Amino acid sequence: MKKQLLISLRIMLVLLVITCVVYPLVVWAAAQAFFPRQANGSLVKDAAGKIVGSSLLAQGFTSPWYFHPRPSAAGSGYDPTQSGGTNLGPASRKLIYGAAGFEGAGQLAADYRRENNLAPGIKVPVDAVTRSASGLDPDISLANCLLQAVRVAQARHIPLAQVSRLIRQYTHSPSLGFLNAPYVNVLRLNLVLDKQYPLHP
Amino acid sequence: MTTIGWMQIALFALLILVFTRPTGRFMHKVFEGERTWLTPFLGPLEQFIYKLSGVSPQEEMDWKIYSAAMLAFSVVTAAFTYIVLRLQQYLPLNPEHFGTKHAPAWAAAVTPDLGFNTAVSFTTNTNWQAYGGESTLSYFSQMAGLASHMFFSAACGMAVAIALVRGLTRRNAKSLGNFWADITRSTVYVLLPLSLVLALFYVDQGVIMNFLPYRTVHTVQGSVQIIPGGPVASMEAIKELGTNGGGFFNANSAHPFENPTPLCNFVEMLTIFLLGAGLVYTFGIYAGDTRQGWALFGTMAVLFFIGAAVAYTQEARGNPLFSQFGINQSSRSLGDLGGNMEGKEVRFGEAASTLFATITTDASCGAVNSMHDSYTPLGGLVPMANILTGEVIFGGVGAGLYGMLMYAILAVFIAGLMVGRTPEYLGKKIEAYEVKMAMLATLILTADVLVFTAAACVMHVPHAAYWNAPGGTSTSLVSANTNNSGPHGFSEILYAFDSTTGNNGSAFAGINVNTPFWNLALGISMLAGRFLMMIPLLAIAGSMAAKKKVPASAGTFPTCTPLFAGLLLSTVIIVGALAYFPAVSLGPIVENVLMHAGRTF
Repeated sequence: MKKQLLISLRIMLVLLVITCVVYPLVVWAAAQAFFPRQANGSLVKDAAGKIVGSSLLAQGFTSPWYFHPRPSAAGSGYDPTQSGGTNLGPASRKLIYGAAGFEGAGQLAADYRRENNLAPGIKVPVDAVTRSASGLDPDISLANCLLQAVRVAQARHIPLAQVSRLIRQYTHSPSLGFLNAPYVNVLRLNLVLDKQYPLHP
Repeated sequence: MTTIGWMQIALFALLILVFTRPTGRFMHKVFEGERTWLTPFLGPLEQFIYKLSGVSPQEEMDWKIYSAAMLAFSVVTAAFTYIVLRLQQYLPLNPEHFGTKHAPAWAAAVTPDLGFNTAVSFTTNTNWQAYGGESTLSYFSQMAGLASHMFFSAACGMAVAIALVRGLTRRNAKSLGNFWADITRSTVYVLLPLSLVLALFYVDQGVIMNFLPYRTVHTVQGSVQIIPGGPVASMEAIKELGTNGGGFFNANSAHPFENPTPLCNFVEMLTIFLLGAGLVYTFGIYAGDTRQGWALFGTMAVLFFIGAAVAYTQEARGNPLFSQFGINQSSRSLGDLGGNMEGKEVRFGEAASTLFATITTDASCGAVNSMHDSYTPLGGLVPMANILTGEVIFGGVGAGLYGMLMYAILAVFIAGLMVGRTPEYLGKKIEAYEVKMAMLATLILTADVLVFTAAACVMHVPHAAYWNAPGGTSTSLVSANTNNSGPHGFSEILYAFDSTTGNNGSAFAGINVNTPFWNLALGISMLAGRFLMMIPLLAIAGSMAAKKKVPASAGTFPTCTPLFAGLLLSTVIIVGALAYFPAVSLGPIVENVLMHAGRTF
């Protein structure tokens, strides 16, 4: 056993150098050389050139002239230091009817209807009233995006057709033709709106 | 459910089928020390490792020495990780100053019990996480303390599986191979080169790979957001490939920095099954008849499809309690984004989320790209049941194969009882000793899950004292740490012991397990689930290796036929699942009935 422990110690040290020093450093060097934008977090800038976030991480949008992401359970909302979901089961009273400081699905659906002035017969897309697994889901479904388009166009005083055109342009169509349903990245769409139709010209 | 969803599942299965043979052949060559096309490049590295470590790769080990080497290696590496985690404040690459008095307000500490739990968790290939990575661990802790085990524990799992296979297929032999050579070869020729390629692909897709401090930005609407950094891609690659599953971030593979695109997600899923499926073919080569491997493969494939189909159909039906609010969950209009979207990411949708959940629990991976805790009762039953049956559906690298071989031994034993003949497997007699050892492994794990779950449901600890202080706020019950009430709360407890004993590491993650009671109880489960399974199996390997091969006769029950695959399937279901049926009834099944009756908790 003593012999095995000694070999364990030696082989661990050797393998540590290979798998935990050499390997990550090689990946790091290649990543920084070939894919520096992605390796450093896919950061995005606003029209003024200031870094405002990462295109991969949702951030809170509440103003009517912006598209809104899905609700978030990461920290107090969209907090990348506290990623995670609600972890509430489907029959959780809190999830359905809400609790102190926590909006339930019914409340979220009612808010969504009011904000977007939905006609009574129109249903709210489920992604708009559920919190994602990471709390940082940067995307919304195309259906969710289109229902918000009227509000955004009105708040910005621009024709709906212009907003719809941008949505079409920024829709992520299925990878390889079938790996996902069409979705839209909220931050990218909001940034291009700000760029093409500045709020304070 | 949508056509494209089913197509994803079908394409996934097809690609695994295509990769199985080349991967299996390659691994057979590697473990037998034969030349591969990588030998000219990596052979010197292999020899260099032997030289520096004082290993003689030709030296054969019997099952006791092999086990001793495996245990010694596990003890030493676990101790190393515990030390790294507890001393991270004195170690480099800690830009957020975790563990020091300059740590940010949102940071969490590595307590002794959390250090123990985490060191055990990564040593046993469980990768259960009682902490949130981005708020607790330095880059050095993640890289050296945790990612190291992703290589080590995967290599150990493969080594034990290969040792068992050698035991089953060698004749009149005393030895099972050399543990050090086995872990070195699997690391150098399989894990390392594949990880390197995968890591670069992941970075291309958007996975981060840097050592920068966290960046504070002012968002478009003027609030503050802290964007984490870290060497994620290098860890992400081995995380799935080695069926480890420990995420750099709390949200694991649901985090956009770990799994940014649908394509990246698809590749991550493929790599979870790649080596486990390949090893089944490797087994066939060792057995001298690849049909022996395909028989196991067939059983695994059937169980995989059942799980994937149930999880997908259940989740795509959505939450019945949502319909009262005029919420659209229909996949007719929303495509794959219609269904239960709580705890799921839009870029994956229902099919890729449920497929990932099925795969990660078929194998002992435990990475998640959606929150299993928020699944519908029967959707969430799939990952739970996959782990309860021992994660033998392709399984963890090594662990899946040795688990399934244990079931195979029980299956031929049951067949032997039915026809009244001494059972044989691969031409060797299965006798009392082997069956005792196989049953020992099965019973210890079952007892561990059920006894701990029952105890945790009723146990009290001193009120607001050390053992459960952060979780038990108003009560002394340790079960107060659950995030849900009613049957779903019970499911959280059952899943926790299920996942840790099965060395899976996924969770019904609402439960607060970062307290001394939970960290210790779950840590013990992980140790039991790993070593009290491995050691009886190595004992079987040792005893089988010494036996002589008896020629097949008319009375031999062939183990390469669909009939055997069917018997094996029944054995997995009867032995693995029936033991847990009462417990499962109290959780997901009751919850399903009550949820459809409109009850909330």
